[in-house]
Amino acid sequence: MYIIVFLIIISLIIAIGFLLAFFWAVKDGQFEDDHTPAIRILFDDNKTKKK
Amino acid sequence: MNQISHKSQIKKQKKTICFHCGEPCKDDQIRLAEKAFCCEGCKMVYSILEDNDLCNYYDLNTMAGVSQKDYSNKEYSFLEDQSVVDRLIDFTDGEKTKVHFYLPQIHCSSCLWLLENLSRLHEGILNSRVDFLKKEVSITFSASNMNLREVVELLARVGYPPEINLNDLEHQEKVIDKSLYYKLGLAGFAFGNIMLLSFPEYLGMNAKANTTLVYFFGYLNILLGLPVIFYSGWEYFRSAWQGLKQRHLNIDVPISLGITALFSRSVFEILTHTGAGYLDSMAGLVFFLLIGKWFQKRTYDKLSFDRDYKSYFPIACNKKVEGKEVSVSLDNIKKGDMLIIRHGELIPADAYLLDGESKIDYSFVTGESDLIKKQKGALLYAGGRQMGAAIEISVAKKVSNSYLTQLWNEDTFTKSNKVGEVSDLADKVARFFTWVILTVAFATLIYWLPKDMGTAINAFTAVLIIACPCAVALSIPFTFGNVLRIFSRQGIYLKNIHVIESLSKINHIVFDKTGTITKVNSGSVHYRGKPLEEYIEQLLFSLVYHSSHPLSKRIKEGIHDQLPLSVLDFEEVKGKGVRGRVEDHYVRIGSNDFINGLSKKDTLKQNVYVEVDGEVYGAYTFDGAYRQGLNQVLNRLKKWAGLSLISGDNDREKGILLPLFETERNLYFNKKPADKLNYIKLLQSDNQYVAMIGDGLNDAGALSQSNVGIVITETTSNFTPACDIIVDAKAFEKLPFIFSFSKLSIHIVYLAYSIALVYNIVGLSYAVQGALSPVIAAILMPLSSITIVLFGVGASTLLAYKNNLL
Repeated sequence: MYIIVFLIIISLIIAIGFLLAFFWAVKDGQFEDDHTPAIRILFDDNKTKKK
Repeated sequence: MNQISHKSQIKKQKKTICFHCGEPCKDDQIRLAEKAFCCEGCKMVYSILEDNDLCNYYDLNTMAGVSQKDYSNKEYSFLEDQSVVDRLIDFTDGEKTKVHFYLPQIHCSSCLWLLENLSRLHEGILNSRVDFLKKEVSITFSASNMNLREVVELLARVGYPPEINLNDLEHQEKVIDKSLYYKLGLAGFAFGNIMLLSFPEYLGMNAKANTTLVYFFGYLNILLGLPVIFYSGWEYFRSAWQGLKQRHLNIDVPISLGITALFSRSVFEILTHTGAGYLDSMAGLVFFLLIGKWFQKRTYDKLSFDRDYKSYFPIACNKKVEGKEVSVSLDNIKKGDMLIIRHGELIPADAYLLDGESKIDYSFVTGESDLIKKQKGALLYAGGRQMGAAIEISVAKKVSNSYLTQLWNEDTFTKSNKVGEVSDLADKVARFFTWVILTVAFATLIYWLPKDMGTAINAFTAVLIIACPCAVALSIPFTFGNVLRIFSRQGIYLKNIHVIESLSKINHIVFDKTGTITKVNSGSVHYRGKPLEEYIEQLLFSLVYHSSHPLSKRIKEGIHDQLPLSVLDFEEVKGKGVRGRVEDHYVRIGSNDFINGLSKKDTLKQNVYVEVDGEVYGAYTFDGAYRQGLNQVLNRLKKWAGLSLISGDNDREKGILLPLFETERNLYFNKKPADKLNYIKLLQSDNQYVAMIGDGLNDAGALSQSNVGIVITETTSNFTPACDIIVDAKAFEKLPFIFSFSKLSIHIVYLAYSIALVYNIVGLSYAVQGALSPVIAAILMPLSSITIVLFGVGASTLLAYKNNLL
């Protein structure tokens, strides 16, 4: 039965991991500009080496 | 013969368009590698991109560029001035330097691509990132390889000259407050986990058999609850305390009471092993409150509600020193300096005209719609735009002491915020609420105390817990937050949710004229009558080309892409029209009276007739002068609000405007910016709640003084003076809805309060008996919150739908 205590501690640690990931994303500014990255991802990297 | 050759020539011209920007080319002269360009500027940009292997720019979007025709070769030598540089850059460690610019030209993915590949144009650029919606680029460059001036010149060379204005010099580090996100994330995390750990309790776990588990869950809950109360919910305590210090009961007082009761009773129960506590309800409460806070905030990337004249003024201008031109930053301009102002440039300080003919567009500053001609020696006020050839001026006053900028010394601008940050409505309810709760709570305490000490404390805290005005605190953020979103979809942008409350109280509306109820540059000139051949058009164009009358200018813009022919015997008859001889043709353009000898007035429309060699061809109509739907808008508003018009322009349109505003008493012309401000004050002293609708710097004082300042703008990226609401000119017809819908949304909030009251009565009936179990609390509190949120958002959306606002 006390395996539940162990499992809950593990689940909490994982949850805290996600919480920290969220904090990191906020700090990194991922919620500030949600439009530009959507365009940026469509560019090819090395298309212009044709000359 | 002559006419035919003209025609064919014109037709051929219209075929080629610029490879860079897509504008039609005047002639085929400007070419490079079989590509045609409309101007040298566009060709320049193309050749730079071509040389640096950046032609992907044109593959992403064809004709991606912005026309370089109006691009004057700006001088950026002021960017060598260290004091200017220091204030412009965001950060430097001596080598790596960060700076950001506003580039109004950004419009497509090609722009983004090119600007993020700037490092290929110059090795000094280390990194560049674009924020597309804000039209901003942040550049990191190496200071040893290039200076700020070279960065700006590089941007200008590829067709993206940054817009740098006086305000940029005073930019404080924009600190985006991210703490709300942290608080919200933490509260959500704690809420979810506490809920999970409380589930066994809800489902009736046998506490006697599993004491260790129950204790473990309880302690873990306390641990999770601590950051919720001391970090996420802490601002409510702070705000309540601040309110109390000022002897003012705000909505945060009962909220803090509720949170405290929840937390202390839960901790007590868990530590004494007498119960499971209400920590799930507490975390949920804080979480919902924070969501409300997040929802009511709405920021618009392109808009700014607190601009003053500094955002309108350039950062530097050209000063003449010993016959040479140098560009100097504006705050270094002293009395007596000689400045050179070119076409389209702003006069930065009050100055005397030394040389050249000045035709100044003051429409933005004074509301006067015609260009003002000034002679040598005349005093020119700051803020006007020179139209025509370059002029030389001698500065009479420093920038900050100018006639226009002095307006900002009025008290109105030093007052912090006229629309309070706290909602009146919520405060009123909170005051009432707090007293009722305290009365009920103490009555319960006194009733139970003689009978049973335990039940007394139990019931007392239960009342505080269940009565916590979560629902009340949520109804305004969610209802008004949703209204903000509904408005913004229509092109009506509110500064914050508190504006809605002020809007609902308005009973007098003051209009500005130029740019507000009239269009700034209405391109819609319609011609009606016998079709005009291209040659005839050219004749007309040539005649109006020489006239500075606003209507002539608009006909000229209506025809455009013509070359003016020389005109003999040109004559402008004041208030009537123009006439002259163009290539052996006698051309007359003017009013009905002038051409046909008839004096018939057209309401809201001005017709200009054209006649060539005695034959009347037809007329140009300018139905665009007044905004579409003006009549209906005013008629709707008239029903419940007083209307006034106060304009800096002269009163020649009085005849047209009188029937719209009904009485002459409320029409004011030739008013200075300060007069407008005083007029608003006068109305307010008469207990009127005033909304000012304006557009330019001349309205800034009135906008700031009024209870709600509304600015109409053609393009939202343009300069707008400080205000509470920015309205896209396209949404002008929706103006009456702003007021009526705000009133409706207040009613929605009242209804939401009544629903909250019903929940509270149910909850209290349990609480006073001392029978509030954690499960009931855990169900009732989120349920009431969710009902209020759904009701507020749903009802406002439904009403918007019924009013055709969606």
